[in-house]
Amino acid sequence: MLTKDRKIRQAGVIFMQKAEKIQDLREFAAEIRVETLKTIGSLGFGHVGGSMSIADAMAVLYGGIMRIDPKNPRWEGRDWCVLSKGHAGPCAYATLALKGFYDLELTRTLNRPNTNFPSHTDRTKTPDVDLTTGSLGQGISSAAGAALGHKLSGRDNRVFVFIGDGEADEGQVWEAAQFAAHYKLDNLICLVDDNKNQLDGPVDEIMSHGKGLGAKFDAFGWRVIELADGNDVEAVYDALQEACIVKGQPTAIILNTVKGKGAVFAEGTGAHSSQPSAEQWEEAIAAAEAELAAIRAAKRGAGE
Amino acid sequence: MSITLIGKHEKDKRACRDAYVQAMAELMEKDQTVVHVDTDLKSCINTKKLDKYGRCINAGIAEANAMGVAAGLTAAGKKTWIHSFGCFASRRAFDQAFMSAAYAKLGVKVLGSDPGVCAAYNGGTHMPFEDCALYLSVPDAIVIDPADYAMVYDLTKKLTAVEERLSYMRLIRKGVVQVYADGSEFEIGKGVTLKESDHDAAAVIASGIMVDEALKAYEKLLEDGITVRVIDMFTWKPADEELIVKAAKETGAVVTAENHNCTCGLGSVVARVLSEQYPVPVEMTGVHDQFGQVGAQDFLQEAYKLTAEEIIRNVKKVIERK
Ligand SMILES: Cc1ncc(C[n+]2csc(CCOP(=O)(O)OP(=O)(O)O)c2C)c(N)n1
Repeated sequence: MLTKDRKIRQAGVIFMQKAEKIQDLREFAAEIRVETLKTIGSLGFGHVGGSMSIADAMAVLYGGIMRIDPKNPRWEGRDWCVLSKGHAGPCAYATLALKGFYDLELTRTLNRPNTNFPSHTDRTKTPDVDLTTGSLGQGISSAAGAALGHKLSGRDNRVFVFIGDGEADEGQVWEAAQFAAHYKLDNLICLVDDNKNQLDGPVDEIMSHGKGLGAKFDAFGWRVIELADGNDVEAVYDALQEACIVKGQPTAIILNTVKGKGAVFAEGTGAHSSQPSAEQWEEAIAAAEAELAAIRAAKRGAGE
Repeated sequence: MSITLIGKHEKDKRACRDAYVQAMAELMEKDQTVVHVDTDLKSCINTKKLDKYGRCINAGIAEANAMGVAAGLTAAGKKTWIHSFGCFASRRAFDQAFMSAAYAKLGVKVLGSDPGVCAAYNGGTHMPFEDCALYLSVPDAIVIDPADYAMVYDLTKKLTAVEERLSYMRLIRKGVVQVYADGSEFEIGKGVTLKESDHDAAAVIASGIMVDEALKAYEKLLEDGITVRVIDMFTWKPADEELIVKAAKETGAVVTAENHNCTCGLGSVVARVLSEQYPVPVEMTGVHDQFGQVGAQDFLQEAYKLTAEEIIRNVKKVIERK
């Protein structure tokens, strides 16, 4: 039995460890933003908005939650991450490169002849991309199938799947939701990138979601965790920890995010794809690098 | 039909999508029953310009539902167009297009943008080499692969007037080579003979972006002393069978050219017509049962051999086989 004193000290250690972890994840998210911008910027145009909004959640997944082995991308025991909103490919490519799945330089072949890094994630091309997406609405069904497959194999692999709030217009998303709840796929966790914008404009104007995406998933029998700020690394970390211990039902985490977050030319505009000038690219990359430097400096400060 | 050929291989400064929007604006102005349904892709073809008529409806990213809605609108007396990228306008809404619309004799007009390699940077997931194949399989449907601005403008109007039969028209979003002068008029089911002589050694039957490649091939072949007939068969269904057979009879060999999988596209349409009515050697220029991939359109045209050079190779090959 622990004495009260020791308990308090141990809680303090855990608290400190978590604070450090969160710092690391913030740094990782900032790195992902820099590399995502450089990846898309190398070509000059692409889906900046939807790539940048999920950078924080990707950092948490790959930096703090998922069981992966960069040396062995097809390791049987790995957790899967599926971008059902496949156009966010560049964010995945940056994340996976930073985790060491392949050389960062390779991501700069984005969309060039014979590349392994196309606009939309492709399981036949990129290491650790487990499912092919691009036609919106399909990834969440395949993710549900994979989650069921892992269960049928008696394995405990988890499947994390990102969908967009525009993508949630697709009826297929709700067919998948129905299926996953019916089969109690508690190894399936859906991260809803609720960045309030789709291609033609704000979701509320193009195709609204009634009582909200959280209410919809709830009605389909999912556990729902709503985060007021889906770009808050700590909140996402806590939510994912919680989601991973839910039993008997799949979990949806509603991430209220900002489309284009951290890309100065895109953030706040709702822009779906962007083709800024060369100067704007430089400016945006410099700003993202400055953000990363500030996080690193704060970390060093805290460490001293 | 009254066409004026330009055929100087020069890119039109206007985007082809604007031809659709212009025609639709004129139609909507006059006819209250004309409706456009979009699927969160208004920005891609500028249909936001039609919003002011109050009948340009955004159905969100839900193509299957949008197709059903288009069928219902048509049943309620609206002349209805529905747009998505060609891949989704076909694959993602096909059962609805087939049953709710075509089988029910509701003449929904489907517009599929970014045909074939024109999907370029959106890559293999978005690159339809099969969109026309799906619609070719729908009984009595109309399938159109237009070449340029003037044709899109004219056919948008003609298809809007079609009742009961489902139509599918491809739409290149950006600038394309101008083949025809503005004001040219076309007829559904009638191909356009662009080059013809009494000593053609073969006929090239092309559509869409391949029409200009065929015209380029024509010029280069002339330099080699080979004269070919060039036909724009934008109307894949109903195809102009009479013109195809006439070309076979008069030239004795046919080369097809399409921005599509030729095993289930224009090539196979032409081959079927000829094998039934007047068999001659046929060589097909097009995508040979491959998936799409990502890249610039120029690169992709080279990669899939959708070029004048390939047409020339096929012409020489088919003449050998005569
Ligand atoms: C089935 C299908 N229809 C249309 C598209 C074209 N498209 C690509 S992204 C997009 C908007 C997506 O909006 P959202 O899901 O909110 O993504 P985000 O804002 O996170 O980028 C559209 C319409 C597609 N990829 N798939």
